[in-house]
Amino acid sequence: MLYINCPHCGMRSQNEFSYGGDASVKRPELNKEVSDQEWDNFVYNRKSLRGKHLELWQHISGCRQWIKVERDTATHEIFRTFKADEEVA
Amino acid sequence: MTQAFRIENGGLINRDKKLSFKFNGKTYFGYEGDTLASALLANGVHLVGRSFKYHRPRGFFGAGVDEPYAVVQLYRNGETEPNIKATEQELFDGLEAKSVNCWPSVNFDIGAINNFLKIFLPAGFYYKTFMWPKSFWYRIYEPFIRKAAGLGVASTKHDKERYEHKYEYCDLLIAGSGPSGLAGAYAAAKNGAKVILAEDKPRFGGSLLTSDVNIGNQSGKDWAEGIIAELKTMPNVVVKNRSQIFGYYDHNMLVMSEKVSDHLPSTKKYHPNKRLWYIRAKEVLISSGSIERPIVFGNNDTPGVMLSSAAKEYLKVYGVLVGRKPLVFTNNDSGYETAIEFKKHGVDPVVLDSRKNPESEIIDEAKNLGINIKNSYVVVAAQGYKKVKSADIASISEDKKQLGKIENIQCDCICVSGFWTPTIHLASQSGNKTKFKEEIDAFVPGQSKQNEITLGAANGVFSLEETLKTSFTAGSELSKKITENDNKVAIPNVVEKKSSQHDKFWCVPLPKGKNYKRFLDFQNDVAVSDVEIALREGYRSIEHVKRYTTLGMATDQGKTSNLNGLQLVSEIENKVVPAVGHTTFRPPYTPVSIGAIVGREVGKHSKPTRKSPMHSWHEKNNAVFVDAGVWLRPRYYKRGNENLFEGSKREAKNVRTNVGVCDVTTLGKIDIKGPDAAELLNRVYTNAWLKLPVGKARYGVMLREDGIVMDDGTTTRISENHYHMTTTTAQAANVLSHLEYYLQLVWPELNVNVVSTTEQWAGAAIAGPKSRDLLQKLFPNSDVSNEGLPFMGYMEGDLFGVKARIFRISFSGELAYEVNVESDYGNFMWEKIMEIGEEFKIQPYGTEALSTLRIEMGHVAGSELDGRTIPFDNALEGLVSKKKDFIGKRSLQRSAFIAEDRQRIVGVVPLDKQTSIPEGSHLVKDDKAPLPNPKLGHISASCWSVEYDNPFSLAILKDGKNMIGQKLFAMSPLKNKVIPVEIVSSHYVDPKGERVRS
Repeated sequence: MLYINCPHCGMRSQNEFSYGGDASVKRPELNKEVSDQEWDNFVYNRKSLRGKHLELWQHISGCRQWIKVERDTATHEIFRTFKADEEVA
Repeated sequence: MTQAFRIENGGLINRDKKLSFKFNGKTYFGYEGDTLASALLANGVHLVGRSFKYHRPRGFFGAGVDEPYAVVQLYRNGETEPNIKATEQELFDGLEAKSVNCWPSVNFDIGAINNFLKIFLPAGFYYKTFMWPKSFWYRIYEPFIRKAAGLGVASTKHDKERYEHKYEYCDLLIAGSGPSGLAGAYAAAKNGAKVILAEDKPRFGGSLLTSDVNIGNQSGKDWAEGIIAELKTMPNVVVKNRSQIFGYYDHNMLVMSEKVSDHLPSTKKYHPNKRLWYIRAKEVLISSGSIERPIVFGNNDTPGVMLSSAAKEYLKVYGVLVGRKPLVFTNNDSGYETAIEFKKHGVDPVVLDSRKNPESEIIDEAKNLGINIKNSYVVVAAQGYKKVKSADIASISEDKKQLGKIENIQCDCICVSGFWTPTIHLASQSGNKTKFKEEIDAFVPGQSKQNEITLGAANGVFSLEETLKTSFTAGSELSKKITENDNKVAIPNVVEKKSSQHDKFWCVPLPKGKNYKRFLDFQNDVAVSDVEIALREGYRSIEHVKRYTTLGMATDQGKTSNLNGLQLVSEIENKVVPAVGHTTFRPPYTPVSIGAIVGREVGKHSKPTRKSPMHSWHEKNNAVFVDAGVWLRPRYYKRGNENLFEGSKREAKNVRTNVGVCDVTTLGKIDIKGPDAAELLNRVYTNAWLKLPVGKARYGVMLREDGIVMDDGTTTRISENHYHMTTTTAQAANVLSHLEYYLQLVWPELNVNVVSTTEQWAGAAIAGPKSRDLLQKLFPNSDVSNEGLPFMGYMEGDLFGVKARIFRISFSGELAYEVNVESDYGNFMWEKIMEIGEEFKIQPYGTEALSTLRIEMGHVAGSELDGRTIPFDNALEGLVSKKKDFIGKRSLQRSAFIAEDRQRIVGVVPLDKQTSIPEGSHLVKDDKAPLPNPKLGHISASCWSVEYDNPFSLAILKDGKNMIGQKLFAMSPLKNKVIPVEIVSSHYVDPKGERVRS
């Protein structure tokens, strides 16, 4: 079970969180003309990366905040975590 | 019955407490502190079971967790449990156990015929033989194999025992209480670190209990006892025996199974049987020691052949002689230690050492005691069927290829030592890449992967002095990092005998003309010849060889067989062992009871049960409950002998004619506040929300980004910047998360807050033509007329002093209202409604009537919004705004979603107006068409229409729009029904929706 540093609450076990997928996906702006390909990429197409991956988790049984977690998908190592509005450098 | 093999004094058992137990129906005696194995051996019982494949007689091979043979069926306090190792099961008074894998008895086992047919049962036998005819597998092969094999029977009864889970955090977790575990724990504890020390056996001390060493002028055992006693007094230390750390998971999470009650005749009141600990440790010290490995020779599975360390443990811990004429067969000094113990207890062993001229302090001691030692000698084969009677021995050439003349010597047990295998399972599970250590012919942990360190014998270090030094140091260093204390602990003096290099020899060659079975894996009957076959047939990867031959599988997971198997493969393949590599070590290290894994989450506790504030009223009024997610909801209120069908029909009918009341507390409720609340709703729902006035409710549908309907419900504008959203019972949690996702990540600029208020409000739906009359009496000071409170209107009211929210919304299609009060007043509200409603012939109605009412109105619910349908499919396209953007809108342009013949909701009526259509039935054009019959749609929900008194169903049907009036067939192969049906509008009752507005 992963041990995730919630930027709001501190170290918490994985069972307090729910997974939310790739954090690098950006929703196209509302009312903007979007091509089929762009929309498909947003809704469906995901890379299944091996290695460092920025992903979303929600601290669902805690502060309920969505956070970004930088994790290695092969080793589960967690490098950094960020608040939802924090820039990932 | 006398304990003929119990020595008069010695051992760590309590001779004052005699215990009686039964094995295979026969009564024996042992002592407190015995294991089932030691007690049986004390009584001279060596035959405990039959092997898995050939049903060969099985005795005891080890004295602990590594035991491959002595697996028994245990009976305790009216319960039975399979797969119990007799070497681990502590004896208690009244214990009963039976042999497994034998029929009719362990002494005479019919399956032993396999032993004589064994030429037919080589590696891969099952794969090769039971392939054809294919149809035989289920009917003949599988049942037969199942009957013939298996290591015990699972109980079919409900388990009365209780199991607990516990979460724990510590600075240093230590696996194993041998010398390195004790030293590490002591040093860390002295530095103030929070320490958990886990020992799988009942007694602490590990190898110190049996080794002849001296630490700080005490015997190893006394030193261990002193350390444990001191650790137990320290508040920062948890010391646990009978506790096996069996898994090392991510981020230094380890799981430990504590046997709380297995050593007692019955579990104490309020105690669990087992406790599973989830431990998050900052640092882990693995001091799991090592397991002796066997030397492979002919018939090496005969009862009486066992590990030399086990023989020593039976003698030193339990005061039991495993034989009176022991033969010790060794390639290293450990065998001598066992021989010395025998000799000290008046038994004359013979030692066969494969080495030519070994010299060491231990060997000198053996020689001084006058022990008969034969160098360059090996056991060629054990003789005897149910028990060792003698051994064929021979001298062996220096290259270990040639055997000398075979001699037979009498013996009643053969104690084998093929050197030691470090227990690296936990380190390996942590992700540590192991490395092969030539000097000890075994793998040891490599670079630490997580925060773990492996020390002592588990790290391939067999010198006590070095083990203590490194472990004290490690305990100090690791704890210093955490507590920043630096309390020095003096490392005690160690007196131990030096040993000499072991012989890299593991398998005795077959003598000419002999075809003895030489077993590698004792639990699965995998012999040298089986591995040879596998390699001959082209299996190369060690993982494949394992699965093909079953080498290292089953409940002991090859603790005694893995390395010898690797030696064999590397020899045949002409590779070095590290090039062959080892199979993956996966948790659990030892079998763990399913009960312990499940913990308290059984029966009613398998999920939370949520009840509305009116639950007790429902109970008192004969409600029959149904699970709705985690909620319990009344399905119908039973009157007399009514069944579900009759009761729900009565309730639904009463709603259509008078008035009914339904508990709708379970609906999800979300409070939405903020200046941008309307904008959020406008983006989340498919329809327009910017112009909803205060005091009005609106029905809305929300989509996922892929265009599929996620949920529906009404949202009401309570005040300028305050909305009350309702969701379906099932989607409440998902919808909240969905809103939070968009507010926190996608549109953080929106100034809105959302919070779940599901528990804060109790809700009652009042529905039926007389509902307004009732409402007026409930709220005499409010104007609830059609003008004062129009359809989709909202007002606040005073319910006899209780503040209430009144919504004019309808799910039943009748004139209807929903009243919400704070949860604590839910029961008060309900009772008032029932009391005042009496004059209007009110009846409560449950979920079944609720379904009936919504189905015949064509209102969609979860069975239509099933994660596969878009608004059009549910005839909700009128709610999809063309002007504004919203979540999922772009997806609605997908070609499949705008196809001419897109599926759509329809009504379905059986032609005979009698036969109910099973939910899930497929709609087909031709009931006689060859299979697979093309499916046009499926029945999503069925009811008995109370309006027309005939069955009515909803269906999602291909090209549903153009199918009205068509005749089709509803087929349910599950219910074996074919029903001719007619497709009608989904709005079966009141298609213009006049009632809700009346």
